[in-house]
Amino acid sequence: MSLLLWIILLPALSAALLLLVGGRVADRYGHLLGTATPLASFVLAVIAFVDLQNSSSHALRQSVFTWIDVHSFHVTFTLLFDPLSALFVLLVTGVGSLIHIYSIGYMAHDDRRRRFFSYLNLFVAAMLTLVLTSDYLAVFLGWEGVGLASYLLIGFWQYKPSAAVAAKKAFLVNRVGDIGMALAIMLMFASFGSTSFAGVAAGMPHASTALATVLGLLLLLGACGKSAQVPLQSWLLDAMEGPTPVSALIHAATMVTAGVYLVTRSHFVYAQSQVALTAVAIVGAVTLLWGAVIGCAKDDIKKALAGSTMSQIGYMMLAAGIGPAGYAFAIFHLLTHGFFKANLFLGAGSVMHAMDDDVNMRRYGALRSALPITFITFACGYLAIIGFPGFAGFWSKDRIIEAAFNDNAYIGVTALVGAGITAFYMTRLMIMTFLSEKRWPEEAHPHEAPLVMTVPLIILAAGSAVGGALLFNDWIVNWLKPVVGVQEVANPALASWVLTALVLLFVAAGIAVAFFVYRRDRIPAEAPAQASLLTRAARADLYGDALNEAAFMRPGRRLTQSLVRFDGEGLDGIVNGVAAVVGGTSARVRRWQTGFVRTYALSMLGGSVFVVLALLVVRLG
Amino acid sequence: MTGSTTSVPWLTLLAGLPLLGAVVVMLLRSGSSARVVALGVSLLTFVVSVIVAVQFKAGGGFQFVENRDWIPAFGAHYALGLDGLGLVLTLLTTILTPVVILASWRDADEGRWGSASFFAWVLALESLALGVFAATDVFLFYVLFEATLIPLYFLIGGFGGTRRSYAAVKFLLFSLFGGLLMLASVIGLYVVSARATGKPSYLLQDLMHLSGSMSTSTERWLFLGFFVAFAIKAPMWPVHTWLPDAASEATSGTSVLLVSVLDKIGTFGMLRFCLGIFPEASRWASPVVIALAVISVLYGALLAVGQNDIRRLIAYTSISHFGFIVLGIFAFTSQSQTGSILYMFNHGLSTAALFLVTGFLISRRGSKLISDYGGVERVAPVLAGVFLVAGLSSLSLPGLSPFVSEFLVLAGTFTTSVVAAVFATLGMVLAALYILLMYQQTMTGPVRESIRQIPDLRGREVAALAPLLVLLVVLGFFPKPALSVINPTVNAFLHQVGASDPQPTVAAQPSGANQ
Repeated sequence: MSLLLWIILLPALSAALLLLVGGRVADRYGHLLGTATPLASFVLAVIAFVDLQNSSSHALRQSVFTWIDVHSFHVTFTLLFDPLSALFVLLVTGVGSLIHIYSIGYMAHDDRRRRFFSYLNLFVAAMLTLVLTSDYLAVFLGWEGVGLASYLLIGFWQYKPSAAVAAKKAFLVNRVGDIGMALAIMLMFASFGSTSFAGVAAGMPHASTALATVLGLLLLLGACGKSAQVPLQSWLLDAMEGPTPVSALIHAATMVTAGVYLVTRSHFVYAQSQVALTAVAIVGAVTLLWGAVIGCAKDDIKKALAGSTMSQIGYMMLAAGIGPAGYAFAIFHLLTHGFFKANLFLGAGSVMHAMDDDVNMRRYGALRSALPITFITFACGYLAIIGFPGFAGFWSKDRIIEAAFNDNAYIGVTALVGAGITAFYMTRLMIMTFLSEKRWPEEAHPHEAPLVMTVPLIILAAGSAVGGALLFNDWIVNWLKPVVGVQEVANPALASWVLTALVLLFVAAGIAVAFFVYRRDRIPAEAPAQASLLTRAARADLYGDALNEAAFMRPGRRLTQSLVRFDGEGLDGIVNGVAAVVGGTSARVRRWQTGFVRTYALSMLGGSVFVVLALLVVRLG
Repeated sequence: MTGSTTSVPWLTLLAGLPLLGAVVVMLLRSGSSARVVALGVSLLTFVVSVIVAVQFKAGGGFQFVENRDWIPAFGAHYALGLDGLGLVLTLLTTILTPVVILASWRDADEGRWGSASFFAWVLALESLALGVFAATDVFLFYVLFEATLIPLYFLIGGFGGTRRSYAAVKFLLFSLFGGLLMLASVIGLYVVSARATGKPSYLLQDLMHLSGSMSTSTERWLFLGFFVAFAIKAPMWPVHTWLPDAASEATSGTSVLLVSVLDKIGTFGMLRFCLGIFPEASRWASPVVIALAVISVLYGALLAVGQNDIRRLIAYTSISHFGFIVLGIFAFTSQSQTGSILYMFNHGLSTAALFLVTGFLISRRGSKLISDYGGVERVAPVLAGVFLVAGLSSLSLPGLSPFVSEFLVLAGTFTTSVVAAVFATLGMVLAALYILLMYQQTMTGPVRESIRQIPDLRGREVAALAPLLVLLVVLGFFPKPALSVINPTVNAFLHQVGASDPQPTVAAQPSGANQ
């Protein structure tokens, strides 16, 4: 299967080409080349997908080269296209390509559009490396590559200090998670003498529970960084500084899904440790509420959506934390979310495009008539994310909530409540943006985006509507079975229809509350200063940044400052003092410093004589 | 230590060429012809080193061996030879010297003694460094080791910032102090050698068998003499304070030679002489050395975060990186030591790129202070891009070569000393912090008025940086050629100290476990 490598290489090569080959000609064709390569990768992925159907071993492999080879430490680039990576590759290249196409229009007026496409291609190539390689260290290459691409894209408008700071923050918070991933890889090597999936999977059954727990928690730390899960969630909201297609790419097709992939891929680790698995579920449950609460209080349309991403990824983590009964649903929700979140973000981009890059929903309102295509497609995404019956999110979220209830009542209730909150904040967003009364000045004259932007929206909206078809005949469960296994639930806690009714009840309640609170005439232009404690906390991202500042940054700065002082006055002071004493007097030192190099030449000569004499003395003695 | 002897004295030729070139350049006196000749000589030296590298057989022990009696009374020989370690550092030296000469094209025009002498000293330094890395006689090594101080002293003290004299003297005092301790040990070795065999010898191959005939305390004292000298050179915490001053005051070209090449003598010496001659003492000292190395990693990184002087910042990052190298050496596993040797090479490339590109920036604006910059990316995107790549290599981003070496050090260390590996891994976050903080403050944000007019990188500057960037990327994906040269050498070091890699803690299954 030599085409697997080309799936990665095509976008990687065009990323390099677009960056290094400059000039006006390249500016004219750059975005087209940058869009063509992920599309070509998508076509290759479809071909590989068809091949995979006929593969008896449920996997296509391609050995590329040996990366590192030092005795027992042996890392190869072997591409693995199995049912799990196949779904990711299709998502990354498929949704990724649509985002590329959309960006042609969105970035049309940016004089650095070619570079933007180079970075987008890099992002896609890194993510494909992450999901296609079969060694944890090789995954780490893609893992950090994604971090680099997000750094470049979040900070794309880096002349804005806020963008530069947000980019740095994203990379740093991710690096904290990367410590977990890096240590996990070291521990794998020390324990099993291998860092490949196969090697670790073969060794895990013989590992102690303690080892499995440590390994599982380290991997979870890595996953928290990339997937913006509590406690490493704080970078995601700031990441909105990047151009909107970047947000779509980060939130839907790449990056934040990496953590879910890592946990699912490492199912053989979590199979040995209930503690680690439970930790995954708890992180997911906490983040699910955390993101949803933040989403309720944001007036910035992108930040509200970012909160919803945290929350939805929380659902996936929660599902993965259930174990074999949940992995398939985690991936299912990841796919449907890939559709509707890309749909929502690109729709938000279309709204911003129409409103001169204003992101404040308090200055939107009644945009449905001005932006009909955007409104209808956005509505599809909205119905999908709240889990309206028939739409993609309904099927995927419903299954997660059901699996959660079968696993643990607390987690089940969390997931259920989350569904209600999701319905609330998404309805709020819909009302403030498309319904209610118009609150924008006449000179804003919003206009629908060009075709190159609306066509991707329409395709994604279709996906949001019918993406649930993947569950037809339990297709996705059976598809993933060769990788993650499956676990039948013997005695469901609640009958399936009861649960579905319960979820719909919560969703309906969320919608109703939103309509009650945000009636058409009750949206002030400024956010009311008088607000409940929870609202104020949610506006401040539940004090995540404040906590980081108090716990790490301020003590860190103090430590650094005192060390700088210690180095200069303490260590160096001692040294200079000693030097002065050795040199006789400080005056003598000053004389040295005036540059009498002959002094040094003399002392060298003296030193040489001394060496010879010393040797002679020892020899004589 | 049997090696092949060749009819052509390749190593003498290699080290002699730049020395000869130095004399010629010194006599030229005209700056413009001096730099052209210097560049030509350094390129020729590079070609010779490539010829040597092509002939080198991985796993063949010391090669290109030359051995002549020098001072029979002391048992000193003119003995040269290259193993994998020596080859890697030789190539680093011959690659970086032409790069530095090209990058320093006009930097020395305002120096104290004119640019001809600058380039002459650079070539002299190259010659001595090549000699140091090839010396297989302790006395010869010592003489060359001390002799490198002369060109460095003149390079630091003669060309650079306003406090260069202070920096030069400080550098000299530190080095002389270390040299003195080493001298005591060198003399001690003579005594031990003479007593053990009746016929003193400074040949490494003879001294390597002495460990048994020394008393434990003698071995440890002699070890310390060598080790402290090398720790100062490397430099390790707490004897590092000379480096930030020297790097800050010297020209960027000198800083490259100092940090990327000459400081490697410290870690080179630890492997070659501390482990080679004093294996028992090396094992005895390893817990303390590992602790100091981890402190260096974190301390250097934290200090780098707190700097406002770009050059000092890079100097402190090097202290952190040298911590990794020393950690890998004294963790005594094949992964960690292979990582360390590769790290020496990669750190040389990465730090050279950082010093040079920031040097170009500093010469444009005339300030070393981070706070004087802002928004450079808008004005000079190529410069900013190169700066970012160099910075990313310094923070060990996978895909660039330093990652491979850093991860090998960490993974190897993890198998013998989990705590040290975990603490050193924290350096990953700090590295991202100091690099990205510097990048953000200098390159991003609104364009400062004072840098609005600065030009982007010129052709000569790009030509100097390009080889470094290409090597950083290529070796990031294909470290194999380097690893295959280094591996057998590491086997020899580990054999000498009697260390072997620990087995995986979980018993591997016979089938399929290592696919």
